[in-house]
Amino acid sequence: MRHIISILIENESGALSRVAGLFSARGYNIETLTVAPTEDPSLSRMTILTWGSDEVLEQVTKQLNKLIDVVKVVDLSEAAHVERELMLIKVRATGKDREEMKRMADIFRGRIIDVTESTYVIELTGAGSKLDSFIAGIDAGLILETVRTGVCGIGRGDRILKV
Amino acid sequence: MLRPFKQQLFLGSTMMISGAEIVVRCLQEEKVDCVFGYPGGSVLHIYDALFKQDQIKHVLVRHEQAAVHAADAFSRSSQRVGVALVTSGPGVTNTVTGIATAYMDSIPMVVLTGQVPTFYIGQDAFQECDTVGITRPCVKHNFLVKDVKDLAMTIKKAFHIASTGRPGPVVVDIPKDITAQMCEFEYPKSIQMRSYNPVVKGHLGQIKKAVQILKEAKRPIIYAGGGVILSDAAQKLTELAHKLKFPVTNTLMGLGGYPATDKQFLGMLGMHGTFEANNAMHYADVILAVGARFDDRVIGNPDHFGEEKRRVIHIDIDPSSISKRVKVDVPIVGNVGDVIDELLKLMDSDFKTDPDVDNWWKQIDEWRSRDSLRYKQAEHIMPQYVMEKLYEVTNGEAFITSDVGQHQMFAAQYYKFDKPRRWINSGGLGTMGVGLPYGMGVLMANPDAQVACVTGEGSIQMCIQELSTCKQYGFPIKIINLNNGMLGMVRQWQEMFYSKRYSQSYVTSLPDFVKLAEAYGHVGMKIERIEDVEPALRKAFTEHKNDLVFMDFIIDPVANVFPMVSAGKGLTEMILAEDL
Repeated sequence: MRHIISILIENESGALSRVAGLFSARGYNIETLTVAPTEDPSLSRMTILTWGSDEVLEQVTKQLNKLIDVVKVVDLSEAAHVERELMLIKVRATGKDREEMKRMADIFRGRIIDVTESTYVIELTGAGSKLDSFIAGIDAGLILETVRTGVCGIGRGDRILKV
Repeated sequence: MLRPFKQQLFLGSTMMISGAEIVVRCLQEEKVDCVFGYPGGSVLHIYDALFKQDQIKHVLVRHEQAAVHAADAFSRSSQRVGVALVTSGPGVTNTVTGIATAYMDSIPMVVLTGQVPTFYIGQDAFQECDTVGITRPCVKHNFLVKDVKDLAMTIKKAFHIASTGRPGPVVVDIPKDITAQMCEFEYPKSIQMRSYNPVVKGHLGQIKKAVQILKEAKRPIIYAGGGVILSDAAQKLTELAHKLKFPVTNTLMGLGGYPATDKQFLGMLGMHGTFEANNAMHYADVILAVGARFDDRVIGNPDHFGEEKRRVIHIDIDPSSISKRVKVDVPIVGNVGDVIDELLKLMDSDFKTDPDVDNWWKQIDEWRSRDSLRYKQAEHIMPQYVMEKLYEVTNGEAFITSDVGQHQMFAAQYYKFDKPRRWINSGGLGTMGVGLPYGMGVLMANPDAQVACVTGEGSIQMCIQELSTCKQYGFPIKIINLNNGMLGMVRQWQEMFYSKRYSQSYVTSLPDFVKLAEAYGHVGMKIERIEDVEPALRKAFTEHKNDLVFMDFIIDPVANVFPMVSAGKGLTEMILAEDL
């Protein structure tokens, strides 16, 4: 099962390595991981996309809660939530491909944020699967570089993760 | 008493002291009266501050590993937090085994480590290592102090974290320049951490459910582990067991948490557990697990264990220990002592257990009659016999520290611990070499105690240098060296599972342990005949009461530990001595 875990953690040096170390030491998977300080700069919010059975996920959340720096842990995917991922993709844009790339970016509601004579950088946000479809939809030979942030997510409505 | 520090400066009205002095003052505030350590460049300021006071004794070990083991045993044998102090780089890396040992057994401990000055960190300075990185996976928590203003609060947090919740070791890494800087000192009285608030009280609804299940149990067992000892709940557990009249088994870490001479006690369970304990655990319809974690050495093959239908009540302070390896029906997260109090409160006058429990006891007595710890005397001294005599000679009152291997299992099986904190061994990590430094730690916490270190000629050589420390501080440890010239447990596995291919499990060129003991200024004895065992032990514990005595028992080289549940086998699939 795919799970998105949100963690509020003290924004201290080494906090990230404690979380990453826990996952590798106990053999859990990290598919993607994003982290940045929250509106309260003493706290960081981490989002981890992971796979595992219910038993494994129970252990993952319990073990995360055991870390002294971790303030709160929530499995976002347990209930209604929204998730997004950002991708920047640099593509070759010459000749007829130049127009085609522009069209594809429009279809996926992407934005071209850097232009040279021969390249575009396209910014895309959405669920991971949308970004995957974009990559699948263009000629692989035209992709020069991709960078993705990994999933970040938030609960819908009254589901709030706060101290 | 505390002499004033010479370097105290008065700036305006506030008193400034150095970081090193802050460290010492913090330890004094925590009522630490003894530190195990080894000096070096990065901790010179701290050692200087220690020199100028006499409230805290320092025990100078011969290897940093021993400092941490001793601090660990100080905790295990008392109720206090042991403290070790080492220098940066190799000082730190030498402590890692000791820290991991304490972590696996949830032992509260604070390890203060020196670090290169803050402005050198990351530059591969002399004796620099990433202490926080290296120790991270084997500590409950660790800190790098980057500002002298944070020093006192960090040490306060370290003691708080180490000793509360599920206890564990905490490392505080202190760069040298921080120990030189001057700062005001005020020790925080209390501490609030939004990210760390361990649960103590168990959930009342869950405890009520547990009481109901205990009422209905027909084939119950109380399975108690090290958590009982860590929460000082041995007395309460005994009260609960007597009220329920249920059988009790202990894990290796739990020994002493329930009186071994009590008639409800079935002995230790697990890989080398008794026939009755393992069968009762497997066939129980209700397991009350108290401060134990169903580890692989306890339940054997989890699939085999899962074949029986049963209900499990699990009391543990660490939620991650619950339903980790065995599915639990009634989890109760809380401090063992507090939860037992609540359980007892709910068992009022009309509380009655099921009458079928009597039949269960009949079954248990039948298992007991197999007398699974019986052994045959041989031409050589049997290790089991030495343990029985040790028990008799010390009236069961000694603190027994042990190393790891066959001798450890013999001690666990044949020395009956009636009191908690008397059995000091490395259960989780299984660290050879702990026995001798453990003895040192026990004696610092319990200066008048009788201490025997049960070991083998393999283990003892892993920290043998501490014989020198023992001489310096006059630690009268009785070393019971069960010498079979073999790494006994390895040899046992090779005999049973590797067609007797004894790959590297024999030890040649052993030292003459009697001469070795004498070279360090101790008493050495070599015991080769069965009839000499008891007199030698008596002599060691009377005539040489105040000496360290190295007793080299030349034992049967082929003695094995039984019963045995082989790796991958089920708990009831034991090999008994009588089967062979």
